[in-house]
Amino acid sequence: MKLTAPLIYGLIACILLVSAPHAGHLPLWVSAICSALLAWRAYLTWNGNPLPARWLLLVVTFACVLAIAATFHTLFGREVGVTLLILLATLKLLEIRAVRDVTVLIYLSCFIIITNFFYSQSIPTALFMLVTLLVIMATWVHMQTGDLAFKPRLRIAGILLLQAIPLSLIIFVLFPRVQGPLWGMPQDAYASSGLSDSMAPGSLSRLSLSDAVAFRVVFNGKAPPSDQMYWRGPVLWDFDGTSWKRGRNATLLRPVLTDATTPVDYTVTLEAHNKPWLFVLDMPAKISIPADLAPDFQVLSRTPVNARTRYSATSLLSYRANLGEPPQQLQRALALPQGYNPQARKLAAEWRTRSDSDMALVRTALDYFNRNGFEYSLEPPLLGTDSVDDFIFTTKKGFCEHYAGSFVFLMRAAGLPSRVVTGYQGGEYNNLGGYYILRQYDAHAWAEVWLRERGWVRIDPTAAIAPARIQSGLNAALPNNATLPFLARTQSPLLLKLRFNLDALTNQWNQWVLGYNTERQFAFLTRLGMEDITWKKLAVNMLSGVALLVGIFTLIMLRRLSAHPADAVQAIWLKACRKLEKAGLPRAPHEGAMDYAARIAAARPELSEDIHDLAARYASLRYGGEAGKDGLAAFGNAVRAFKL
Amino acid sequence: MLATFRKLFRNWAFRRGVETGTLVLNQRRIYIVPSSQGFGFAFVLVMMLLGDINYNLSLGYILTFLLATTAGMSMLHAFRNMAQLEIHAGYVESVFAGERAKFVFHFNNPGRLDRHHLHLHDDDGHHTVFDLPSQRSTQVELAIPAPRRGWLDSGRLTLYTRYPLGLFYAWTYIHFDVRCLVYPKPSASQPLPSASVQDGVGKVTAAGDEDFSGLRNYAAGDAMPRIAWKALAREQGLQVKQFSAFQGQELWLDWSLLPDIGPEAKLELLTRWVLDADALGLMYGLRLPQGEVPLRHGGTEPSGTGTAPGQLLPQHGAAHRAECLRRLALYGLGET
Repeated sequence: MKLTAPLIYGLIACILLVSAPHAGHLPLWVSAICSALLAWRAYLTWNGNPLPARWLLLVVTFACVLAIAATFHTLFGREVGVTLLILLATLKLLEIRAVRDVTVLIYLSCFIIITNFFYSQSIPTALFMLVTLLVIMATWVHMQTGDLAFKPRLRIAGILLLQAIPLSLIIFVLFPRVQGPLWGMPQDAYASSGLSDSMAPGSLSRLSLSDAVAFRVVFNGKAPPSDQMYWRGPVLWDFDGTSWKRGRNATLLRPVLTDATTPVDYTVTLEAHNKPWLFVLDMPAKISIPADLAPDFQVLSRTPVNARTRYSATSLLSYRANLGEPPQQLQRALALPQGYNPQARKLAAEWRTRSDSDMALVRTALDYFNRNGFEYSLEPPLLGTDSVDDFIFTTKKGFCEHYAGSFVFLMRAAGLPSRVVTGYQGGEYNNLGGYYILRQYDAHAWAEVWLRERGWVRIDPTAAIAPARIQSGLNAALPNNATLPFLARTQSPLLLKLRFNLDALTNQWNQWVLGYNTERQFAFLTRLGMEDITWKKLAVNMLSGVALLVGIFTLIMLRRLSAHPADAVQAIWLKACRKLEKAGLPRAPHEGAMDYAARIAAARPELSEDIHDLAARYASLRYGGEAGKDGLAAFGNAVRAFKL
Repeated sequence: MLATFRKLFRNWAFRRGVETGTLVLNQRRIYIVPSSQGFGFAFVLVMMLLGDINYNLSLGYILTFLLATTAGMSMLHAFRNMAQLEIHAGYVESVFAGERAKFVFHFNNPGRLDRHHLHLHDDDGHHTVFDLPSQRSTQVELAIPAPRRGWLDSGRLTLYTRYPLGLFYAWTYIHFDVRCLVYPKPSASQPLPSASVQDGVGKVTAAGDEDFSGLRNYAAGDAMPRIAWKALAREQGLQVKQFSAFQGQELWLDWSLLPDIGPEAKLELLTRWVLDADALGLMYGLRLPQGEVPLRHGGTEPSGTGTAPGQLLPQHGAAHRAECLRRLALYGLGET
């Protein structure tokens, strides 16, 4: 094998294809250097110039590694690993000196493809993977076929890939799954976006700029009305003047629901967010995966959710929540930092004296928000040290975290135990897939107050200012010129339908391909009729499936090895003979085509012309050395047209 | 040491008789093992699988399985690249010691599949690569050095392929009953001995050399002194002077009349003379120690009667030349 120019171009294409999807998250200078190196390599090949000296490459490599270390402040971790891999592969391209180097580059390309799946495993990514694989295979085949042109090489690569697809499917379904991780992960191993464990002004409105999916929900039975769809996430107790934090619960007691009715069953497919919270409707009663119920009704997974997770849960929509809240907890629900927001405290104290009950106090506060020209806005003005005072008395523009935060502050100042709850609210129904999608822009914050006879009661101050937010989503609640994610805007019915179709497809892909884990595998195979699934059984089934398919491939592949076209001529002739045999004129074993034709012509003079023509064609194709494709096709047509 | 053992093991494990006629490569003749690149790729796949499990990458599983099954199927493709090929050995031209013997093999691909990058090599690393399109035949030459006179066996040859991905090495052994006759290496040019007369038929002296009778085209092996340099200078091409004195006369190339220079050197000298005499179109005979043949006049077919072993009647022509060289090649080797 020689290191010819087409081979080098193929390798350049491989490296380009596998690193292109990384361009989005590589440091800009790495992308620039890699593109420059690839272009330089292509230029050298095109010009036939020699490769750069080894010392120069060493210097460049060393400088690049140093620069990466400076950019990332480390040389360990996933991001750095991927960056190094891509850079080194590109540099390797500049020092191909032997067949070995080509092999190494091919293997590296395959490996770099897999690193892209850390960032995306969507359907387009999968399709792009297939295209990349095809190019890699075509280049790989190049090493063993010498001067073969690109097209036949692509054909060989295509055949290899097409044969691999059904085999891989069998293995994918039956390969025994092990739930990872097998070893400790670097900190940056998982992507994370979503609700965090604290809330400051601006944190939720930032989230609402993203249309990434948070989770999808299927209800078993009727879905509750949208103003009941509060998906409970982190509960925030501790306020330090600017931000709300979860803090530590002062009790370990399980919370208790009394007089709980209206159960709802549903299944959630939660995207990875690298935090332990699982989202459930207010208030949760049962969940299908191992999880803990915190004293504030927060459902926490035992490990961070770093892979797409499915769980079924039951919630009760009407309840009295934890009537027996311990005093230490109630104390926490009243705590405020000293010295902040004096005006708000004064307002709260005034309300307290005016109201004869806790509920009246709450109503007064909501009325206040409703009447005093408060606006719901994604871009609220900045707030000073006394953020609640600034918001209530000066700016009067805010997003849900402003309303929830100030409401709880006011309630605490008025002596009513209360806390902030964050989560998601509402959701969009996909009627094709029959499920609700909750996106990051559905993130929401509300409040809970503790009433002696009713326990924790949900109060959503945002509903007092912008009821449309709760009824029909973010888009309805905001003025038209607000910058919203594209998907949050209502669109033409056609676009909406297309979008729902795509999301339904994505959901299927997520459920069946990406979410295919041990439980899914078990459920799927049980549905197919497999019983007592064990590793051994899976392996045996997998191997026999693969063996069967390989057997079929072998038969097809080896069929063409010794097939002579003459046999095709004879097959057509025998077809004609069978037609005549059915008509009672069988060919004697010793009879040649011409003799047979003569006998037929004598017995059935009306067939004379046809049969003589067929026999003549047969003889010329079989013995005349004129076995062309056209002749064969014409002979076939003549036999088909031959009627008795 | 290790290489020797490996060779011994291979000879034992894959012992097979010498083939005659046409050989068809079937599954019993084709062996397949993973190549070192194949083992390397298996390592890469295991790494990928560990990554998939650790990071729960479903698409990674798919990629890993795609690559693994492609690699697995490439074994079948490697087999198919060689299966059902028909091979037979071709005629091998005799060569002189020190040259390369060109063993010729005819490969026929009866099927409708193109075969790619088939390698043919012997145990000493002489190597040739060829492609074989569908329904074609090709003639493959393998040049093997012939250091010594006598019969040269091609030895057991290996036909292998790494198609399509280089992950598997599929091979078969080919050992045909073809051998190449290697003539002694002609010595440096020496003047021919005087034509001699036997049994009193005619008397010729060396003076006959002077009778220039004409020019003919140069042929390989012609003696340097007989080249017509003047003709060359006149740009008439490389020509050789012919002398009438030799025409119709018999020249005996006699082992026993040679000075004592060792048997191999004698054979080399006799080879040179056979070539020269043949180039000059002389009637020449060869006399080796094993016996003597009565002299016959050129032009008659060798009757064989009365021919003692080791002696060839003075004749000329390609067949005669070949026979003389054959005797010289096999002299003292106990073979015919």
